[in-house]
Amino acid sequence: MHREFLMGNEAIALGALAAGVNLVCGYPGTPSTEVLETVAKRRSEGVYVEWSVNEKTAMEMAGGAAYAGARALVTMKQMGLNVAADPLMCLSYIGVKGGLVVLVADDPGPISSQTEQDSRTFAAFSKAPLFDPSSAQEAYDMIQAAFDFSEAHQTPVFLRPTTRVSHGYADIRVKDPEEYTVNTPEGFVKDSSRWVIFPRLSYQNHIKIEKRNALLQDTLSDCPFNQILPGPGRKGVAASGISYTYVMEARRQLGDMPLFKVGVPFPFPEKLAKDFLSGLDEVLCVEELDPVLERSLTYVCGKYGLKTKIYGKLTGHTPAAGENTRDGVKAALSAFLGIPQAQDTAPALPPLPVRPPVLCAGCPHRASFYAVKQAMKGQKTIFCGDIGCYTLGNAQPLDMVDTCLCMGAGLGIAQAVNHLDKDTRCFAFVGDSTFFASAIPGVVNAVYNQAEFTLIVLDNSTTAMTGHQPHPGTGKTMMGEIVEKVSIEGVLRGIGVQTVETVDPLNHALSVETVKRVSAQPGVKAVIFKSPCVVLAKPQGRATVDQAKCVGCKKCIREIGCPALSFADGKAVIDPGQCVGCSLCGQLCPAGAILGR
Amino acid sequence: MRKNIVLCGVGGQGTVLASRLISAAAMAKGLPVMSAETIGMAQRGGSVFSHLRLGDNVYSPMIARGEADLILGFEPGEAVRMLPYLKPGGQVVVSNRAVMPVTASLSGAAYRAEDMLSFLRDHVERLMVVDAERALAEVGSSKVLNLILLGAALESGALGLTEEDLRNAILEKIPEKFHALNLKALEWAKQEE
Repeated sequence: MHREFLMGNEAIALGALAAGVNLVCGYPGTPSTEVLETVAKRRSEGVYVEWSVNEKTAMEMAGGAAYAGARALVTMKQMGLNVAADPLMCLSYIGVKGGLVVLVADDPGPISSQTEQDSRTFAAFSKAPLFDPSSAQEAYDMIQAAFDFSEAHQTPVFLRPTTRVSHGYADIRVKDPEEYTVNTPEGFVKDSSRWVIFPRLSYQNHIKIEKRNALLQDTLSDCPFNQILPGPGRKGVAASGISYTYVMEARRQLGDMPLFKVGVPFPFPEKLAKDFLSGLDEVLCVEELDPVLERSLTYVCGKYGLKTKIYGKLTGHTPAAGENTRDGVKAALSAFLGIPQAQDTAPALPPLPVRPPVLCAGCPHRASFYAVKQAMKGQKTIFCGDIGCYTLGNAQPLDMVDTCLCMGAGLGIAQAVNHLDKDTRCFAFVGDSTFFASAIPGVVNAVYNQAEFTLIVLDNSTTAMTGHQPHPGTGKTMMGEIVEKVSIEGVLRGIGVQTVETVDPLNHALSVETVKRVSAQPGVKAVIFKSPCVVLAKPQGRATVDQAKCVGCKKCIREIGCPALSFADGKAVIDPGQCVGCSLCGQLCPAGAILGR
Repeated sequence: MRKNIVLCGVGGQGTVLASRLISAAAMAKGLPVMSAETIGMAQRGGSVFSHLRLGDNVYSPMIARGEADLILGFEPGEAVRMLPYLKPGGQVVVSNRAVMPVTASLSGAAYRAEDMLSFLRDHVERLMVVDAERALAEVGSSKVLNLILLGAALESGALGLTEEDLRNAILEKIPEKFHALNLKALEWAKQEE
């Protein structure tokens, strides 16, 4: 054992390695990404790791590994679980041989997601047990327990941290590599009565699963991750995840009320819950996202005829949506316990600058959006966006994202709009990583069903938003190999897209001309804007404003919204700390006042 | 010792590295450390923060309102935004240089750093304002605001660490070719006395 300062996600990765994991795969997604990256950095020779093309493929890989007796970890964010739902649901019915842990990171807030879905609810739906850590240390301990649990009960098991656990740092106790469990997979053993899902087998397994989960409720009542912390009084609190730590902090000031810490909320530890509730008049549930504890405790009260009143999100005692905060939790507890809160003495703040996230200075996506905008000026259009840095193309002044739903959805939306309204010029924008993850079926669909739209691929040769992971188009793998790149242009041509043109978006005039020409073609056509992410590429120089020539028209500021550009004393100013010399502003300055790269 | 520190600024200003250096320095002294920070979309020019908690008996990496011993503001508006976290009598160390949001450049409604600084002067007893422009020019790099502010925090005495602690953290955590520049930035605040 030694101590190490680790991000929650790093702790999870080391926990998986300590548990003897053999195969790790996943798809990047905030706040889950660092788990797999850490495995890649810290793994020993025998551990296989990959960024899969999407979560569905990753889940299937992990399932296959577990069939063969390996310990497998698959990582994703909560939206990714939707993509992986098909294999997951079936795996839950079929079961596993080696331990299979599904690491899915939830995002209360949401801070960087489209939904506030709760994977605890998904776990109940899929009938697979779920571990819900409250800290980096607990996440480290839990993932090891989760592998054992998965093997013991032959089921996939979830580990579900939330953003503050995944991205919180702490110095924690971790094993030395010599202490790691070694797991040598047996390899796949043929048994079609076990591994081939048929309606009859599903029916039989369904019965077994329900029976098992009923028993697990008792097993989990004795699990150390579920715990009653005693305290005086007849009012208690139930909490899980990071909210448990907020309650513990509040207890310092509000006193030790009885506390039920739920670390494994599914299958719900009913027996332990009953013990907790007996003797209490009222219980406040402190949790994020869905009212899982609240519903479970209410159910336990009904089942056993307990008179305890259960409060939480459903009763309006805690917020229905969003992230919990220490202050919010303390206020809810104070109100519940009838303890008057000290007056907040913080001064009222003056109006503060609003800072929505923006595309970086010099980001090639800005140039791509601007080129399409200029090319389509005056026409009836729809610009369907997608998930990635380029979602930020919606911000003023670009205003180039009319829709954004989920990964790959822009292609379907653009096709449908054109089928209904032939006069609308339809565009779908998709990033390179998203193209491989979820856009290809949309292109096949469009070609086959005679859709008419322009696909714009924003190829910056990385998965930028989640922190620059490689993908099939980059020619690098997480095992450190340099491999043949999968060509986006080649894929599109293979599907049957007749017109595919690649252009550098930082050449503005050529880009506008290309979009005009390509989008005028019939059927499905594509423009690939290829230019590397500025966070990775070496700056090409730095632009400056010739103050004598600048006429103060603000066109540069008004048109492209680059964060390096501002306006002072009647002239445009370029922040040398931010400018990378993309030269877009120089290309559109009517006075020729912006010089150099 | 127990210290709660809030670092705040705009995505890309280097708050994360500063937070890492404080953590490493505290750990080297045997202090337990917890921290939390903004990762993801907001890093693209949005408001970002790190919460750092040094010392024993801490459950949550998050700091509550009125609990911070020190706010290290990389940007005056962001320091004001985090002010409710400052405990009575706490220290604020802040850069005087505003980072204009794109929205302000567009609307022409640029906000003034001076308004934010005067609000801080009115409401914070222990305030140290760092002349970022001059400091960066004197150190000779636009990329080391984080180390300049860390040096100022040392001078304020509110960090609970010594220059030696931070020097060692720099040597340990930062690539060797940047050592000289970062140490120079760390020391800048000393000659300001």
